[in-house]
Amino acid sequence: MNSGIDLEMSFTQGIQNLGFSPEVAHLLWIPLPMLLVLVSAVIGVLVTVWLERKISAAAQQRIGPEYAGALGILQPMADGLKLLVKEDIIPARADSVLFTVGPILVLVPVILSWLIVPFGQNLLISNVGIGIFLWIALSSIQPIGLLMSGYSSNNKYSLLGGLRAAAQSISYEIPLALAVLAIVMMSNSLSTVDIVEQQNSAGFLSWNIWRQPVGFIIFWICALAECERLPFDLPEAEEELVAGYQTEYAGMKFALFYLAGYINLVLSALLVSVLYLGGWGFPISIDWFSSLIGISIDNPLIQITAASLGIVMTVLKAYLLVFLAILLRWTTPRVRIDQLLDLGWKFLLPISLVNLLVTASLKLAFPMTFGG
Amino acid sequence: MNIAYSTELICFLILSSVIISGSLAVVLLENIVYSAFLLGGVFMAVAGLYLLLNASFVAAAQILVYVGAVNVLILFAIMLVNKKEKLKPIEGLKTRRLISGGICGGLLILLLRVSISTKWNLPGPPSIGEEATERIGEHLFTDYLLPFELASILLLMAMIGAIVLARRDIQIASNAGNEFNNEKPLIDKKIPLLSENSLK
Repeated sequence: MNSGIDLEMSFTQGIQNLGFSPEVAHLLWIPLPMLLVLVSAVIGVLVTVWLERKISAAAQQRIGPEYAGALGILQPMADGLKLLVKEDIIPARADSVLFTVGPILVLVPVILSWLIVPFGQNLLISNVGIGIFLWIALSSIQPIGLLMSGYSSNNKYSLLGGLRAAAQSISYEIPLALAVLAIVMMSNSLSTVDIVEQQNSAGFLSWNIWRQPVGFIIFWICALAECERLPFDLPEAEEELVAGYQTEYAGMKFALFYLAGYINLVLSALLVSVLYLGGWGFPISIDWFSSLIGISIDNPLIQITAASLGIVMTVLKAYLLVFLAILLRWTTPRVRIDQLLDLGWKFLLPISLVNLLVTASLKLAFPMTFGG
Repeated sequence: MNIAYSTELICFLILSSVIISGSLAVVLLENIVYSAFLLGGVFMAVAGLYLLLNASFVAAAQILVYVGAVNVLILFAIMLVNKKEKLKPIEGLKTRRLISGGICGGLLILLLRVSISTKWNLPGPPSIGEEATERIGEHLFTDYLLPFELASILLLMAMIGAIVLARRDIQIASNAGNEFNNEKPLIDKKIPLLSENSLK
């Protein structure tokens, strides 16, 4: 197993060669990947917003944004700028402290979860041992922010929206965690890097989606529900609740909710590609390919090509899923709240439990294919 | 004093001051919603302490269980009721507060004395870091199997109990029949939690 390109090693060594101590070099390194991931998350959101506008327009036989930049690609920037300079209003009878903290509590866990998204063997902020479990734990903080903003707005639609959002995310978290648990059982590790590596032995044939088709569908449904996307956007159902917990928000605080929603969508798509679609793996095994053209796998050219291909692959798979989510949003009707909770508790939960049991027994029966 | 040590010290001081002031505020604040939100903050700070002790799995489990489940349920219950009424003044509130304050202070002094007089085994065993998850799993399925199963049975009992309590009204409606057709509200009737029909 080769270790691939290690940017951290080369950076810290370069700094140390300039005459600094290893500690200072490490301190200088720490903020770099964080900034990079933050920037890429925001760019990912801008692209997703543009895609959403364009695809929804195509689905409804409109043209969509076209004046801001070529094909309207600057439209999300214009949206962001508008929200930035809008007046920040706190309703007179609202609880101003909770009203301000709410959106922050929604956004911060989502951004923190980017800690574990791998774009390559060493291309992630931190390969923490608890990996995917960290994401599940962090995403459980979000309902508190939603409840907080729903309560503090002092508006019954907001409160109802906040309660719905919290109910929805706690009920869909359980099947989600069980689907992830089945994957973890197969790869014997919680770390996202190990989960991807275990899938990349034979190109696309060894992806988890073939061994966990039910888990894939459960995970995707639950991820859509966690992101509050249609058909599960009950917390902000316009016809019933104005805009749910966001009703009283304006300006940058509203933008935080907006940003959190889209970052969460991109993050979920990335995690689906990591857990089920082989992450940074190319559909054809790189080892096999390099032996075919007769170049050693340790050749720097192959290494650089593989690393950049890895990033492209991860992003490509994620954006295919984002496309699917956008298409679903503009073509499906919304479910009712009782149907939503029924689906979560009476259908997905038993199915995911059965999936877990079947995975466990298959792992015992065929340890070769199901990771013994 | 190197960078790592001083960072750890600063984190510890911040976390412990957050925990102490936060939990005092949970107890002392009048507004129950603030108390509930602050409780979530205290749980998160405790998770931070676990992280500082290199126990990342325990920290994540703390957030998942206490912040994500327990605290959300508490908030849910408070907000579903969401009544803004002034509570009746209780007689002798001052003496009650004095007594409870005295008891708490006494407990604090007792615990302080224990923690000072105990000879702690320093430094403790080396942390196992990333292996912790596997070790916890091993222990849960070998020498701590019985407590683990007992805890799960306890949780199951609590769950069944909650369902029985919550489903009471439906059972009344289904076997109400003729005998409950008078004007009296159903809640005043003495009805067994598990009616005989439901046991069949």
